[in-house]
Amino acid sequence: MGTIKAENISFTYPAEEGKKRSLVLDGVSFEIEKGSFTAILGHNGSGKSTLAKHFNCLLIPDTGKMEVFGIDTKDEDRVIDIRKRIGLVFQNPDNQIVANVVEEDVAFGPENLGYPSEEIRKRVDQALKTVGMEKFAIHAPHLLSGGQKQRIAIAGVLAMEPECIVFDEATAMLDPEGRRDTMKIIRYLKKEFGTTIVLITHHMDEAAQADRVIVLDSGKIVMDGAPREVFAQVEKIRSLGLDVPAGTSIIYELERAGVDIPIENLTVEECADAIYNALA
Amino acid sequence: MKSAPGQEKSGQKGMKKLDPILEIVDLTHTYSQGTPFEHVAVYNINLKVYKGEYLAIIGRTGSGKSTLIQHLNGLISPTQGKILLNGQDINESKETLRQTRFKVGLVFQYPEYQLFEETVYDDVAFGPKNMGLDKEEIDRRVRESLEIVGLGQEYYKASPFDLSGGQKRRAAIAGVMAMEPEVLILDEPTAGLDPEGCREIVENIRNYRERTGATIITVTHDMAEAASNADRLCVMGNGKIALLGTPEEVFARADEIEELGLDLPEVTKIMILLKRKGLDVPTEVYKIDDAVSALLKLKGGRNGA
Amino acid sequence: MLKDITLGQYFPGDTVIHRLDPRTKLVMTIVYMVALFTAKDIISYGVVMAGLAAVIVVSNTKLKMLLKGLKPIVIVLAFTGILNILYAPGEHVIAHFWVFTITLEGIKTAILMMLRITMLIMGTSILTYTTSPIALTDGMERLMGPLKKIKVPVHEISMIMSIALRFIPTLIEETDKIMNAQRARGADFDSGNLIQRAKAMLPILVPLFISAFRRADELAIAMESRCYHGGEGRTRMKVLKYKRRDIITFILGIAYLTAVIVLRKIGL
Repeated sequence: MGTIKAENISFTYPAEEGKKRSLVLDGVSFEIEKGSFTAILGHNGSGKSTLAKHFNCLLIPDTGKMEVFGIDTKDEDRVIDIRKRIGLVFQNPDNQIVANVVEEDVAFGPENLGYPSEEIRKRVDQALKTVGMEKFAIHAPHLLSGGQKQRIAIAGVLAMEPECIVFDEATAMLDPEGRRDTMKIIRYLKKEFGTTIVLITHHMDEAAQADRVIVLDSGKIVMDGAPREVFAQVEKIRSLGLDVPAGTSIIYELERAGVDIPIENLTVEECADAIYNALA
Repeated sequence: MKSAPGQEKSGQKGMKKLDPILEIVDLTHTYSQGTPFEHVAVYNINLKVYKGEYLAIIGRTGSGKSTLIQHLNGLISPTQGKILLNGQDINESKETLRQTRFKVGLVFQYPEYQLFEETVYDDVAFGPKNMGLDKEEIDRRVRESLEIVGLGQEYYKASPFDLSGGQKRRAAIAGVMAMEPEVLILDEPTAGLDPEGCREIVENIRNYRERTGATIITVTHDMAEAASNADRLCVMGNGKIALLGTPEEVFARADEIEELGLDLPEVTKIMILLKRKGLDVPTEVYKIDDAVSALLKLKGGRNGA
Repeated sequence: MLKDITLGQYFPGDTVIHRLDPRTKLVMTIVYMVALFTAKDIISYGVVMAGLAAVIVVSNTKLKMLLKGLKPIVIVLAFTGILNILYAPGEHVIAHFWVFTITLEGIKTAILMMLRITMLIMGTSILTYTTSPIALTDGMERLMGPLKKIKVPVHEISMIMSIALRFIPTLIEETDKIMNAQRARGADFDSGNLIQRAKAMLPILVPLFISAFRRADELAIAMESRCYHGGEGRTRMKVLKYKRRDIITFILGIAYLTAVIVLRKIGL
């Protein structure tokens, strides 16, 4: 059974005065497998954050059907059932931290779910350990760096022990170090707990680490496949206002100049190997 | 090679590019001095910024780069040392400080959060108005700077809050450009934008530089972006200048950059790996085109041999 | 700078006072206030002051910090003092000029009134100095619990308070940033008359409000995503439990208040 299943969903925000309503999501269908790591790419305004809000009932599709863990998101009685199993981490770490002590913030989710106090304590300690912030348990969050705050936000979601975590541009406001730490945690969660990961981003190097890339444009899915297949279509990616990793660009240019080289390479190491094999 | 000003003095005219516009002399800044929170943000910095150059300051969060740039237009005053603008100490009097604010434009991180007027036009006019310019001059400047950032007349009467994220950012940058500063400083101007949005901002900055001949200083942690735009890179670590020079000079010292916790551009990383594998390629390359032509040359050389 | 504002500041520590249940501290603060306003003459004031001094010593609070907290009310203090000296009636006239009569009783009343205000601020400051904001709101929520029966939204009030406390530093930092950004555009906040200054605040207030609303919006979404659905069925990680030290404190508190009431009855 898929973790997330969208069947032809469309969505429009309520019209503001004097403005045209436009479809933000326009007939989107896909299925995300349990334990998979999917990246959703798209330029600003392509509908990717709107889509993320459909995953945990923050938004309900106008038409079509959204199922999460086999539960229809329209079913109002089961909203909490869905939300405790699928966690969302947002862009601005400052605006998702509720409490002024780190551990109190991490406890917020399990407290809402009504777990007994010892159980919450256990989960909070475990979550802080997973993100490597146990030393900061009784610190004030506003004194931490952006990357550290985002780790606290992730811990807050982890404490609910979700099966799936959606990162909605969670690295966009972070410095390279914060981004690296976040990606490291994502890989760890997938490997260690088999957590299903959905990563919404416009950093190509992050998307390249996923098992699958879905590209959205004007509310429609325009590309869907393994990262190496998607990024091999350099021109199409660029025409969508996105970019490919620098290594892929080099290989693409070499190929255009007549070098016999396979373009399905993403990481720095893969690209170096491919270039070496083609030239040496 | 690009202009790599190494010379200390240049009395001659015609060598305008080598005249320093900003000089940072023995600058040290300590926050919360005399309290238990005392913290030295920048320590004994000496740096000359030359007229018309594009300088990129790179460093991790907390390396002191934000503190440094806020000194350059007098928002923070030095604990020790001084800042000279065209040879004059900017902190000398209230008037020099005021003039500095107009001559050295500072665009903060996420500048869209400073928009406040009812229309885009009025917001961009805020800076020039504060300078006490007359109406026609203000109008000219607003129009020009909005043109530089690619916001046409149809946006003049729009509310800045109705613009898209990228447009808001550009309107806010235009607000500083309209003051026509001789030195334009931008703190992380592309942070949080998608690739298209980044390209547009980079293009706007280049545009402003070409039109006005202004000196540009950007602060970033993105090595690749810094290298492909700037004449010189200034890499900071622990409140000090760690490396200073052209991108080629800086990237030739890859180990030191990685020690400072910074990422080399992907292109440079690939070239270093190729070199290690035994290919005879330059490792200080950082642009895709340069890497491709170096590799093609290598191939051509082999085929010819 | 704005960062120097120390609203409801908390200084972490590990004394008995710090470890007391926040409810105990809240109730004791009220007991202290009642005692302070019951005290009538020098001896009862002395008893109240002795209690305050004991708490200051035990909680390891720096006298300097307490005095700093008095700064904002110096004018109120001075005003109270002068008013009492000039107007309080009495028999032992010391000086007489124009329409004013200064009496011995007047001076005594003035001193006691000023002492009362000073001690009031100091006592309540110790509560915030030794209790984390979250413990404080938690304690208040629990103490006000019975009010839920008469439909007072106790949980909501305490949630609003703790979120406000959480965002005060963030918004102060943001205000600083916006001020700097507008200063860089030549804005002047320091000169001009009152109206000009008020107008100069607009470029700060508009972005600040917009940002605060955006933050509120995003925070609400994040809270919902973390299964927040009001106070119903919500548990807490840290459950408040009265310990032996709380019971001892309550006994001491009752004794303290009784002593002051008795002293008042016998006119001391």
